[in-house]
Amino acid sequence: MYGRGLRPLSIATVLALIGAFSLVFFYAPNDADQGFVQKIFYVHVPMAIVALGGFVFGAIMAIQHLRTGDRRYDMRSYVAIHLSIILGLGVLVTGSIWARASWGHWWVWDEPTLVSFLIVFLLFSCYQPLRFSIEDPERQARYASVFAITAGAFVPLNFLAVRLAQAYTHPRVLGTTGGDMPGSMRVTFLLSLVAMALLFTTLGKYEMASKHAGQQLRALRARLAAQATAR
Amino acid sequence: MPALPLDEAGKYVAAAYLVFLALVLLYVAIMASKLSRIERELGELSELADRSPAPGEPAREEQPVA
Repeated sequence: MYGRGLRPLSIATVLALIGAFSLVFFYAPNDADQGFVQKIFYVHVPMAIVALGGFVFGAIMAIQHLRTGDRRYDMRSYVAIHLSIILGLGVLVTGSIWARASWGHWWVWDEPTLVSFLIVFLLFSCYQPLRFSIEDPERQARYASVFAITAGAFVPLNFLAVRLAQAYTHPRVLGTTGGDMPGSMRVTFLLSLVAMALLFTTLGKYEMASKHAGQQLRALRARLAAQATAR
Repeated sequence: MPALPLDEAGKYVAAAYLVFLALVLLYVAIMASKLSRIERELGELSELADRSPAPGEPAREEQPVA
């Protein structure tokens, strides 16, 4: 059920990633200010956008779970948050590498964009320990959903806080002016964003399929055990 | 800060893309280990199903493997 359409999706993801990285290194020009090191932008920013989008998606699925009581929404919320944490780790590491190359520091504590992302990341990092500290599956799903909604509310709040902040070291890429990116850079960035979103969707579907198969196996094992004891 | 020369900037760019690749590979490796666990459980279940007789059927005797 969850594995349906995985093959074409996987092929599309691989093609999009190859296309995006080809554009990054063979089509997009070097930045006039930062030079070659600005190529990190094409992996760092899409990863950040998709990770934050994933956190919001996880919160929306959690709302759906609490509204309907359907465990499938809880599973979707879990998978989206799990994947977003992995991408979030990538954002922090690639961002630090870029910061070291451009600003001479691995981390700048008085920069609102960096610190707010770290807060969101650390907040969601508590999701799994909280979830797996509860044994009862019903309570586990309900508490995890409440946590996902609360933490998810921080994502738009952080966006707002960052936009309202005055002192910037970190550039504003997607401002109202479009970040003044030339067309070739914009196309490359958009394809990188699409590729990252496809990667998120594909890996999410793989994990959903794997979790669903595991659940079915456990149910089958319980049924077989019940039949064996009945005989 | 002035733009880094290509040989120095290249190291940082390579490191960032390698981090991304490593994360994807790590995720795929975790998924592969989960898949192998499911496969193992499926094997156990299929053995269990083979051993237990169908309803109304007498219990089968274990056949020695040639």
